[in-house]
Amino acid sequence: MQSAPLAHLAHLAHSAHIDYLLHLADNALVLGQRNAEWCGHGPILEEDIALSNISLDLIGQARLLYQHAATLKGDGSTEDRLAYFRDAPEFRNYTLLELPHTQALVGYAVDNRDYAVTIARNFLFSALMALLWEQLQQSTDAQLAAIAAKSLKEVRYHLRHAHDWLLRLGDGTDASHQRTQAALDHLLPYTQEFWTDSAFETQVAQQGVGVAVTRVKHDWETLVNNTLAEATLQRPSSAGFVTTGKLGVHSEHLTFLLGEMQSLARAHPEGVW
Amino acid sequence: MNHAAASAAALTPEAVWAALDGLCDPEIPVVTLQEMGILRAVHLRPDGVEVVITPTYSGCPAMEHIHDDILSTLRALGVQAQVTTQLAPAWTTDWMTPVARDKLRAYGIAPPAPCASPTPASQGQSGIVMQFARPLRAREVVACPRCHSDNTTETSHFGSTACKALYKCLACMEPFDHFKPY
Repeated sequence: MQSAPLAHLAHLAHSAHIDYLLHLADNALVLGQRNAEWCGHGPILEEDIALSNISLDLIGQARLLYQHAATLKGDGSTEDRLAYFRDAPEFRNYTLLELPHTQALVGYAVDNRDYAVTIARNFLFSALMALLWEQLQQSTDAQLAAIAAKSLKEVRYHLRHAHDWLLRLGDGTDASHQRTQAALDHLLPYTQEFWTDSAFETQVAQQGVGVAVTRVKHDWETLVNNTLAEATLQRPSSAGFVTTGKLGVHSEHLTFLLGEMQSLARAHPEGVW
Repeated sequence: MNHAAASAAALTPEAVWAALDGLCDPEIPVVTLQEMGILRAVHLRPDGVEVVITPTYSGCPAMEHIHDDILSTLRALGVQAQVTTQLAPAWTTDWMTPVARDKLRAYGIAPPAPCASPTPASQGQSGIVMQFARPLRAREVVACPRCHSDNTTETSHFGSTACKALYKCLACMEPFDHFKPY
């Protein structure tokens, strides 16, 4: 029989494990939903298709992670319940991923979507996940390791897509260069959140379920710096306010995103096709 | 096959494989699930048959269709079945049979090259990190499925489905799909 403190520790480990799965799932779902906004509105047909395919991959990864988290919770949760019936403070995605496709200080106007922001964000996040999924293949959680092996194949294509477009836009016309530089200036400070410690990440890293994200920081920096140099873009400062989306404290944008995404499921709970 | 006969005691894994042999990938209706490597295993259980499948891409919308096709095919034979989805080992285009590759080509889709042995993204420290973007960029020769010319160019990394890229043949000028190595 476990003593009370041991039972308490086991409970903490279990809830950190679930929080970590939700963090990975929410990252994938929120960016998948954001990128899906380009479906039918892409700058060119090929990019419309590319972004829709990338969203499909991300939402597929989110589904696998939510199903796994629901099983571990063991309280009758389902992937749909986790995706559609949690509110913004329960989402654990990085703030970076919920931002609209706009430059800083433009607000949320749909008309002002800027593909340079989309590409810069996809690059920064795909670079992180290509490194993280690779490490997570060794997770002590066999199901998470299996999801990582699949997701790694997909994110490599996402990274390749964003990387090639970053080169084309950065080393393109004056206008594309200027807009891509502005997108990076806007987004890079949000990547500070990748490297800040959180209780659940520390816990899962100790368990071997997760990876201390700082382990991939060096490689991420190298990849970002090399690509920006190749794209003739400047690496902006990433100082300033550190966002806290993974702790559930988000920007105002997540509520709008969830409002749109969750409205159908909430209007028809338990509805099936 | 007679329904009653199939559900009789003589049910074997081979019979189930044979029954599922005609099922095609809903998005590429010329190749079967077996040839694609999606159908992984058949187990006879006391309460019925378990069919194990593996998804191609995480978000592949065809998986539910495939799931339902298997159940309805076996149900029509009077066989009680359940379909299990298995993620590991992760599906790879290397599991496609040579027959599947030929059928893809005949259908107008350039088949995938064998996957290179994966290069770890973060092998050691700096420098090597760019590797995981690079091998894919290294010019892979994708022959035109129509005129077989190697003089082709990639139009877009993503095509009509997540598993394909868009190419154009510079010899016959026809656009075509390429099934990406995965």
